[in-house]
Amino acid sequence: MDLPPITNGFELVYKKPQTLTETPMHYCPGCGHGVVHRVLMEVIEEMGIQDRTIGVAPVGCSVFAYDYMNVDMQEAAHGRASAVATGIKRVLPDRFVYSYQGDGDLAAIGTAETIHTVNRGENILMVFINNGIYGMTGGQMAPTSILGMKTTTSPFGRDSKLAGHPLKITNLIAQLPGAFYVTRHAVHTANAVRKLKKAIHSSFEYQLLNKGTCFIEVLSNCPSGWKMTPAESNKWLEENMFPIYPLGDLKTPSQTMN
Amino acid sequence: MPTHKEKSEVLLMKGNEALAEAAFRAGLQAYFGYPITPQSEVIEYLMAEQPKHDCVVLQAESEVAAINMIFGASGAGARVMTSSSGPGISLMQEGISYMAASQLPCLIVNVQRGGPGLGTIQPSQGDYFQATKGGGHGDYRLIVLAPASVQEMADFVFDGFRLAEKYRNPAMILTDGALGQMMEKLEMPPKGSLPYPETPWATTGKRKDRKRNVVTSLFMQPEKMEEVNLHLQEKYRLIEETEVRYEEIDVDDADVLLVAFGLVARICEKAMHLAREKGLRVGLLRPITLFPYPSKRLAELSSKVGSVLTVEMNAGQMLEDVRLAVEGRCPVHFKGRMGGMIPSPEEVLEAIEAIPAKLHVELQR
Ligand SMILES: Cc1ncc(C[n+]2csc(CCOP(=O)(O)OP(=O)(O)O)c2C)c(N)n1
Ligand code: SF4
Ligand SMILES: [Mg+2]
Repeated sequence: MDLPPITNGFELVYKKPQTLTETPMHYCPGCGHGVVHRVLMEVIEEMGIQDRTIGVAPVGCSVFAYDYMNVDMQEAAHGRASAVATGIKRVLPDRFVYSYQGDGDLAAIGTAETIHTVNRGENILMVFINNGIYGMTGGQMAPTSILGMKTTTSPFGRDSKLAGHPLKITNLIAQLPGAFYVTRHAVHTANAVRKLKKAIHSSFEYQLLNKGTCFIEVLSNCPSGWKMTPAESNKWLEENMFPIYPLGDLKTPSQTMN
Repeated sequence: MPTHKEKSEVLLMKGNEALAEAAFRAGLQAYFGYPITPQSEVIEYLMAEQPKHDCVVLQAESEVAAINMIFGASGAGARVMTSSSGPGISLMQEGISYMAASQLPCLIVNVQRGGPGLGTIQPSQGDYFQATKGGGHGDYRLIVLAPASVQEMADFVFDGFRLAEKYRNPAMILTDGALGQMMEKLEMPPKGSLPYPETPWATTGKRKDRKRNVVTSLFMQPEKMEEVNLHLQEKYRLIEETEVRYEEIDVDDADVLLVAFGLVARICEKAMHLAREKGLRVGLLRPITLFPYPSKRLAELSSKVGSVLTVEMNAGQMLEDVRLAVEGRCPVHFKGRMGGMIPSPEEVLEAIEAIPAKLHVELQR
């Protein structure tokens, strides 16, 4: 017998999307990766595009994204997710294709692929998780680490003379004619998560237009790498990352169409 | 420009262009590559002819990007090819290792130039080790085909795709700048003669009636990783049992057995005739597959001949496989040129004549 969706007089307001698998996530408590996975998969379920979507996982903490995301997926080499996504989209142009990458993956080792994928205007969604650190390998400095930030490879704080400045790659991306929609979000509050979800939804709709790359940066936390509690990390994110990486749209389709 | 008829047709073409045209006829669905001499004609030809075909042709920003685009397109079930030379093939090695581990078919063409380093654009066989021993990290092999003519530049595209798809493993055509650049008459096979395989593993979108498909090379549990390795090794053994190809000429009465692949085998054939004119009994074994290597046949022959002379355009790379096969049954000699230098038939003849002892002893008898 089918159970009715509303039971015991309570309205069902939240459930796990079937686009997420049953595999328990390996992320540290409070980590933003799991939240982004979830909203991404919620959108895919709500849009009914699970059977037409192919994702590309990076090398980074989210390397196992394909264990959690219940869509066809490929696991790319470190930094190359957007090249892999290009290969998929070019041979399957009627599918929805997205890549999911960390800051080391997308903005250090994969910078060339990132820039050129967007410059070609590949019709894919690129999700970029900026947590300012290399979470997976144990908390080394990332291209996006902010000045003064202590990591295992910047033990005295990131010094611009030695290691350059935090790379605002999303701002660079927004300059490229191939970029259709470029936006920066966060997942530190419920409201921020809702906004991110909207941006993901729009991006998949834009993909149908064949107008260029949608690029979403998500400012995220890394409680383990930052050596903070989840609550502290969200506060630190707001106070230290937001001023350098302000939230909001960097390029919207209306600007692109002009 | 050639048209695409149902029958094969006789054409006069450059090696690189013959290879590119053959790729279309073999049902290529996506090519990604980056220009490098001496093989840029491949992407140039594909770009120019692409409008006549249902095929993606894209110039990537680097060979790193190209091999990863190949990865994605192959993982999505397409018949894919890339091509490059020395430095570019080196850049692809991480991606090739990932493809071997993820069991993705693809055809990689290395039109070799002289190295190491930026080297020279002249022909070489200096990438034999890289091609046949893996090249990237980890225990894996490529299926390696070595053409010796423009005809084989075209034919081996078909064989390369067929083998890559049969074993879900990257295949490589290991050729060189001379074969890429020279023009020869060839019989171009017709389009549509190579059927597409089933690819139920490909990431094409998770239909309701199946589980999601995942293309990955990551297996964190060592037990699982070893299992994957054992499977790969089993596959390579099967390839060694089934797919060895070689050509032999006048080996039956040979005192000296020449062993050479690709362009050098043609030079050796000429040297062999020069030697025979002088009354020297010389034969030739030309490995066509470099992996799997015709070790068994070479072992058999090595117990019949007086000595083996390996000729290569490198410092002696295939020589190691020759020695492993011969296992001391007869002396193994080597003649090599490097850095883009091509040995002449006369040079090879000299090397044959310089072989002492056994040959001459037998001749005097
Ligand atoms: C070619 C190569 N170099 C280095 C590594 C090691 N490595 C794995 S993940 C990683 C950094 C990941 O950081 P990021 O992309 O920011 O992802 P996060 O873990 O923070 O989500 C590095 C350096 C690798 N796997 N491959
Ligand atoms: S190390 Fe950081 S990024 Fe990785 S799972 Fe833990 S908190 Fe998340
Ligand atoms: Mg990171």
